[in-house]
This record gives sequence, structure tokens and C-alpha cells, in this order.
Amino acid sequence: MTTTEECSLPSIGSVCRTRAGVELKEFFRQRESVVFTLMFPVILLLVFGAVLDYELGSGVSFTQYFMAGVIAAGILGASLQNMAIGIATERSDGTLKGLAGTPMPKSAYFVGKVVQVLVVTVAIVAILLVIGVVFYGVDLPSGTEWLTFAWVAALGSAASTLLGIAVSSLARNGRSASATVTPVALVLQFISGVFFQFSEVPTWLQTVAAVFPLKWMAQGLRSVFLPDALAAQEPAGSWELGRVALVLAIWCVVGLVLCVRTFRWQDRVDR
Amino acid sequence: MKCYGDRNAVDGVDLDIRRGEIFALLGPNGAGKTTTVEVLEGYRARDGGEVRVLGVDPAEGGRSWKAELGIVLQSGAGDSQLTCLELLRAQAAYYPDPRDPAEVLELVGLTEKAGSRGRTLSGGQRRRLDVALGIVGRPRLLFLDEPTTGFDPEARRQFWSLIRSLRDLGTTMLLTTHYLDEAEELADRVGVITRGRLVEVAVPSALGGRGQAPAVVSWTEDGVRRTAETASPTAFVAELAIRFPGEVPDLAVARPTLEDVYLRMIGEPS
Repeated sequence: MTTTEECSLPSIGSVCRTRAGVELKEFFRQRESVVFTLMFPVILLLVFGAVLDYELGSGVSFTQYFMAGVIAAGILGASLQNMAIGIATERSDGTLKGLAGTPMPKSAYFVGKVVQVLVVTVAIVAILLVIGVVFYGVDLPSGTEWLTFAWVAALGSAASTLLGIAVSSLARNGRSASATVTPVALVLQFISGVFFQFSEVPTWLQTVAAVFPLKWMAQGLRSVFLPDALAAQEPAGSWELGRVALVLAIWCVVGLVLCVRTFRWQDRVDR
Repeated sequence: MKCYGDRNAVDGVDLDIRRGEIFALLGPNGAGKTTTVEVLEGYRARDGGEVRVLGVDPAEGGRSWKAELGIVLQSGAGDSQLTCLELLRAQAAYYPDPRDPAEVLELVGLTEKAGSRGRTLSGGQRRRLDVALGIVGRPRLLFLDEPTTGFDPEARRQFWSLIRSLRDLGTTMLLTTHYLDEAEELADRVGVITRGRLVEVAVPSALGGRGQAPAVVSWTEDGVRRTAETASPTAFVAELAIRFPGEVPDLAVARPTLEDVYLRMIGEPS
């Protein structure tokens, strides 16, 4: 009785484009997500830049240091927090279940999410860089530093996105996801060297932070924004870019495995 | 379509739904209506039994199978920042041969809400948007899970005429409801499900032996209300007509209502 041929279904590419459009509209039209994800790092930068106006030595201002941290925090917000809260909401309000009942290829849903994360991340980074340069005279990276910037941001973003998708399955709904993920992200930011120098964090907390991706993202980005003289203040006495890549890559794998094993298109049946 | 489920929530559902009909699954809350429908839609795994929907086992239904279904979930679609028209356009993009989104909005009576976001719609409008999303892919089979719960009577009547116009377009529909008037109004056939069992399938007028049940004739004679049960109400009324010079006072002929037989079937005292 099946009359529709497989080939007459819309191509995956065209469905992916549709999903990308949907995801971008969903994000940028929701005031909460724009303020929370996009404006929060900007406000942090403005406030910290204005208040903590001191020198770290070697002629480097705190804002220059904070630039790396706030970009890392912005990437975390655009990926981990955004995905965890957004997908948990879509799961509990039936959006995911509705999509699962359509012939949409499931991969297109994730492609849409990745496009959303990419666009939001690029927007955050661009806004932060402009504010840093215009208001606080932050030195932009140069030459191959941009390359390091790009891979640290891409790898960190990928790891955090996968982790966010995985975490969304733990939450009962969007609100509980927000209530769980937001404080965890905040604590991670405090112990990962976002708000103040990582060297000031107690050693045991440094060890805790080193388990999670944010610390490595921030460290990788510091190598981009700070002169190499400051590498001596890092725990290992260097930027450890190899280890940054390794830890973030491991988190990508862990996140992917968790996603594949835990992702659900509907609420648990035993509500 | 054939469905035979065998599980805790649903244990013994055997039914065939014919092309082009509206089939209503009636039953009290918790009877297994949604479970049955979700097995057919491919949302739930079943523990046993044989199920075929459009010739395909829902557990193995792929994209081309889903392209022929329309699903209106009980919970409805989630909150979205997209307008009604944008939502329909996106949904249409998943299907091989979709209806024109603007025409679908017209069909469900939401044309003037095309540019509004979902959250600004009333309950009835939201439900019509759910139906619009369910039919934009031009389904051969449409599932409607309790589509009118929470509607006021006027909204329900409007919704019914929408469903009838969909039938006129050739859509087969499986409707679950706990409203008897809705089943009687819309359905070509009704299945009554209770405690996970399908107890009967019949056209609404014949459900529970309603067609053959004795009619109750009542009238007023000498100031007293009289009633009589009879298998041949026509002959009985003709006799009455002879006994009275003019009109038979307060004459009424009644068959058991759908509600009477339904309550009996689900084991409630009527």
C-alpha cells in the first residue's frame, strides 16, 4: 500500500536548512534566551572591565586576562546551557515528540541545533571582541593566534554542545534544567579562572576544574590573548595546548556517547 | 490497518479501520485509548501482537511511512516563537507533497492569525493550529487524540465541521474522545475501549445493540404519564392513535441513548 517513493521525500539538505531557520528564529525571538545567553557575558565584560581595572604585570591589564575567560564562558552559555535548557524545554512541552512523528530526518534536528550554536557563538565572540577593543583597549590576537583561537573555540563549543544535549535528558523540564545547569555553570566559571586568575584558585579546586572542559577552553584562549611571559603563571608553567586539545576531544567523545545513549524524543512514560 | 495489542495497558484490541472512514475510539480516562493510538503512531513499542498501519508495522515505519500520517497529539505542539504560517511552512518542508500552508490556515479558520505566534492563540485556536500541523503534510491517515478537550460548545461545533471537511477531502481519521456526542456526530464507526480491552465496534446507532433494543414509548393518559417498552414502536403508536381522538398527548418514542449503552458497556450504572 506504500505509494510514496523514498526519493520523493525532501532532501536532507533542504530539511536541514528549514531546521536551521527555525532554530535561529526560536533563539533570537525569545527575549530570555537572547538576554541570558547573549547579553550576560557582555554585561559581565562591561562590569568587570570597569570595576577590576588593574595590571597583572608584564603590562597586561586584568581585562586582557578576563577577555579569554569571558569568551570561554560565553561559548559555554551558547552551547552547554543553551542546549541543556532549550532541548529539555522542547522535550517536556511536546515539541520533540511532535517532530518525531513527522518524516523529518532526525539528524536534521541536530544540524539545526548546531547551526544555532554556531551563529550564537560567533555573535557572542564578535560582540565581546568589539567591546573589549573599543572600551578597554584589549589587544586582539595576531597571526597564528587566530588559528589557535578558532580551534579552541570550535573544539570547546563542540564538547559543550554535546554535553548540553546529554544533560538535557537528565532534566524533567526546561525550568529544572535551568535551575540545575545555571548554578553548575556559575561554579565552573568561578573555579576555572573566568572571573579571576586561575592561579588564585586553591589547588584542590584547580584539580576539580581540570576535569571539566571550561578550564581548558579558558586556558587555551589565554594563550591567544596573553603574552607568552604569563604562561609561567599557569599550573604547568606553560599553555599546554596539546593537553587542551586532548581534554576537549575526550569530552567530545564522552558527550557524543552520552547523547547517543540518553537522547529521548519524548518525556519518560512513567511521569 | 489492523491492530492487535497485547500488553498491560492494552490487552486485546482487535480492529480494522477502513479507508476514508472516521473511526472513534471511545473510552473513559485511563482505558488505554492513548496507549493504543501511540502504538499505531509508532511512539510506543508493543510487547506482542500484530499491528499494520498503511501496510507497515509502526515499529519499523520509516520516513516514507511517516509522510503518509498526520498526528495530532493529546498534548499538542509546544510553545514556539514562530508564527502560525512559519510553523506550517516548516512542517510542510518535511513532507514530499504538502498542502499549501496558507490554504491549510484557511481550512482551519486561522487565516487572520497567520502572523501571530502560538502563545497568543486561544485554546481552541491552538488546537486548530495543531490540526493544521497534522494535515499540512497531506496525510492519508490522521490521528486525533482527544482533539476537543476543554473546548466550549461553539468551538466544538466549529471543530466538528473542520473534521467533516477533512473527511470530504478523503482523509481517514482515527479519533479518540471521551465525548459521546462527538463520537456520535462524527464517527462512521465507534470502538469502545475499557480497561485496555476493545469491548465492541459498531456504527454509533447500533452500538450495544442500540438498533435492536426495545423502544420506549411514552404518553400521557388520564393525567398519568404512561410508558411502554416495545419492539415494534410503529405498530404501537398506530394503536395509540386509534385510541385517542386527536393528538396523543405528550407522545415520545425513545431508543437507548449512546450514553446509556456506553455506560453499561464500561460497567458504570446508568
